[in-house]
Amino acid sequence: MLSSKASCISHGQDSSYFLGWQFYEKNPFDVVKNPAGIIQMGLAENQLSFDLVESWLRKTPDAMGLKNKEGESVFRDLALFQDYHGMPAFKNELVEYMAKIRGNKVKFDPKNLVLAAGATSANETLIFCLADPGEAILLPTPYYPGFDRDLRWRTGVEIVPIHCSSSNGFRISMHALEEAYERAQKLNLKVKGVLITNPSNPLGTTMTRDELQNLITFAIHKNIHLISDEVFSGTVFDSPCFISIIEAAMDSNLERNADVLSRIHIVYSLSKDLGLPGFRVGMIYSNNQTVVAAATKMSSFGLVSSQTQYLLSCMLANKKFTSKYMKENQRRLKKRKEMLVSGLKRSGINCLKSNAGLFCWVDMRHLLSSNTFEAETDLWKKILCEVRLNISPGSSCHCSEPGWFRVCFANMNQSTLEVALRRIKGFVERSRLNYQQNMGGFSRRLLSNWVRKLSSADHREEHER
Amino acid sequence: MGLLSRKATCNSHGQDSSYFLGWQEYEKNPYDEVKNPRGIIQMGLAENQLSFDLLESWLAKNPDAAGFKRDGQSIFKELALFQDYHGLPAFKKALVDFMAEIRGNKVTFDPNRIVLTAGATSANETLMFCLAEQGDAFLLPTPYYPGFDRDLKWRTGVEIVPIECSSSNRFQITASALEEAYEQAQRKNLRVKGVLVTNPSNPLGTTMTRDELDLLVNFITDKEIHLISDEIYSGTVFSSPVFVSIVEVLKDRNLENTQVWERVHIVYSLSKDLGLPGFRVGAIYSNDPIVVAAATKMSSFGLVSSQTQYLLSAMLSDKKFTKEYIAKNHKRLRKRQSKLVAGLEKAGIGCLESNAGLFCWVDMRHLLSSDTFEAEMELWKRIVYDVKLNISPGSSCHCSEPGWFRVCFANMSEDTLTLAMQRLKSFVGSTASNDRSHQEMKNSRRKFRTKWVFRLSFQSFHDREQDER
Repeated sequence: MLSSKASCISHGQDSSYFLGWQFYEKNPFDVVKNPAGIIQMGLAENQLSFDLVESWLRKTPDAMGLKNKEGESVFRDLALFQDYHGMPAFKNELVEYMAKIRGNKVKFDPKNLVLAAGATSANETLIFCLADPGEAILLPTPYYPGFDRDLRWRTGVEIVPIHCSSSNGFRISMHALEEAYERAQKLNLKVKGVLITNPSNPLGTTMTRDELQNLITFAIHKNIHLISDEVFSGTVFDSPCFISIIEAAMDSNLERNADVLSRIHIVYSLSKDLGLPGFRVGMIYSNNQTVVAAATKMSSFGLVSSQTQYLLSCMLANKKFTSKYMKENQRRLKKRKEMLVSGLKRSGINCLKSNAGLFCWVDMRHLLSSNTFEAETDLWKKILCEVRLNISPGSSCHCSEPGWFRVCFANMNQSTLEVALRRIKGFVERSRLNYQQNMGGFSRRLLSNWVRKLSSADHREEHER
Repeated sequence: MGLLSRKATCNSHGQDSSYFLGWQEYEKNPYDEVKNPRGIIQMGLAENQLSFDLLESWLAKNPDAAGFKRDGQSIFKELALFQDYHGLPAFKKALVDFMAEIRGNKVTFDPNRIVLTAGATSANETLMFCLAEQGDAFLLPTPYYPGFDRDLKWRTGVEIVPIECSSSNRFQITASALEEAYEQAQRKNLRVKGVLVTNPSNPLGTTMTRDELDLLVNFITDKEIHLISDEIYSGTVFSSPVFVSIVEVLKDRNLENTQVWERVHIVYSLSKDLGLPGFRVGAIYSNDPIVVAAATKMSSFGLVSSQTQYLLSAMLSDKKFTKEYIAKNHKRLRKRQSKLVAGLEKAGIGCLESNAGLFCWVDMRHLLSSDTFEAEMELWKRIVYDVKLNISPGSSCHCSEPGWFRVCFANMSEDTLTLAMQRLKSFVGSTASNDRSHQEMKNSRRKFRTKWVFRLSFQSFHDREQDER
């Protein structure tokens, strides 16, 4: 009766990424009302710099009140504005902002920018433009769990993973690219492109120039596309400096620049840098005119509210604000990340060295009972139910090695992070103690009790509202 | 072009139709009372520009709604972070109440069954993805909104099979037309998944009769298929007969909580009633929990900005305002439609009798040089280029009879409409006299006719260049 899309589960929402979220919803931490609740550390939101935006809003009431600089109402024009080419003033500001994030080392043409209702919409639209059902896109692992839905569900396109490993900091090697391509061929899947997230989610690292050059060379060689999801580009808070794919492509060492540029497409959004996921502002940037034309028409299915386009075009037009915001936001992200890293270190837990993003890629391999994904899931459940932290297990990000977790740091206040770190410390100490006791030949009964208590449903129910 | 997808390189976005081409011509030479009084008047855009003052006045009295404040407190952070695809509860509640109010509160809607989307464009496409596979078909009565060719078919791969309606019975849907369409789909080896109707109709401007609605319910029950009722114009019903929603019919026939109940889905939007197409507010309403669940997840690809959800939840929760708005808006639409109808009448042109919408379905069959679509195209071009009115030819709406045009009346000022009617009257007058002299010339020397024809076409070419900016 319904379509297979409606009745199947390939929207990917049965993964632990979403299940942990559901658990949290039933028992959310609140410092006053529910101090024993689950702390949400699985949501990559930036809540650190709202005060800066709110201060700008207070000084600029007309932007909210739909009035122009002369105090005249622009309500009517905005109410009627549904042009899928997007508001020119807004696009002009966006490309300038994007260039600023890249240290003005590249310049963008607003005509090549297509607005979409969030990066979710932008990514899906790009896939509709670049691949037919049954074709494939290569993605380096680990990757954002949402891609399983965004890139595949309604498009019918497949994802083939490029396996990356901790042995080299999860960097993408030429070998891994070739291996993934061959795997796709063996599966009879025609590869149409590679999609990378740079800075990476969930790693929090920026790509090196070498990695980018490898990717470009690979794309040219295989005659495929390269999508660079740069939604976290404004969250680079530490060196090395962010290098955009466009910058790498402009490298004079590369021949056939126009050809290269026609196969590179960037996705951006204001959800992560500016912390405005609710406003649904995403975009595609491409030098390929056919892609721009098709994506523009497709954006009809997810246009950005003109009310929002207007507000944000006013905000981004204020260069003093954007400069101050970028600097201060990055400073706060760096500080918060360092707090997480040092806190974890005190518990004997290391993170992948990172310079961007709203999360750390945390190494808990030493806490696994065995080097398996089952053990990772057990550990994840313990952390969710006993430690009461919702973090994302590496398996939900298709990581090929068990024991890694993505832990967000920017979606809570400082004292909440302190609570979370204390809980982790307590958990690690208890685990160590129990391990020692176990190893010391303590009675089996006690161990069984402890194991039983940890995994019992009662324990969960106690905390559920 | 193997590097891009077929969707990116094909033409099934339907944007080569005259609907969009006329728009483009208008863009090159748009009418402006002061700056370009001889420009093209846009009468091809179904927008409601008649009641903005009411909205602006509400906004002025309620600055907190746009100012991210609730009870004087800033809720900016909460809204900035709100991306829950279940939608803002207060907004969904206000929206279903508004939908019920439009239907005279004869039916009620459950906010848990509504899914918000970025406009009806997104809602319709999402419903296709939920109800049909690539290669399946939906039946649509003609004439229909040209955008459906893109919205329903492009990325979904679903086909449209027309239910041919004719002027002989005011373009109403008949049982035989439904059966004929179904059989046509079968002959094409297309599996029919449902029927999609627009009620009130675009481009007809009429509301469906209870008989038509009963017919549809019977048909979808018999064939075990879906019914999508696109009711985006439900708030623009300005005169009798009163709007009867499909849900009202199901209720009256005691079909609530039956299988057919779960196969009827409504699409709504605030773009037409409230005149807010820029804000991208659409919705799907369904009694099938699986459809609601799937559509909710799919709405991730086109969520409504939380900033906009909040503003409109405040506005639609103001029942005093909504009551006043609905009444005044109807009054203004009715008045404006009458003006168009009267103006056309003075030019000897009739319309289909209508009680809703932002346009009239105009009968220009008598102005065609022959009863063909080629003649309709010729007439349309003359109206766009010579009369300088952008109206929509029936062929772009897949009408099976040539000579009908959709003419919008709510997207311009009253003066502009008056001017448009004057132009049309002159055109018809000169066409009539040209026809007469044409007849005379036919009886006299051929030479004259040749010269006259040459002069006319040269003149229109010249005019075009002169007016292009």
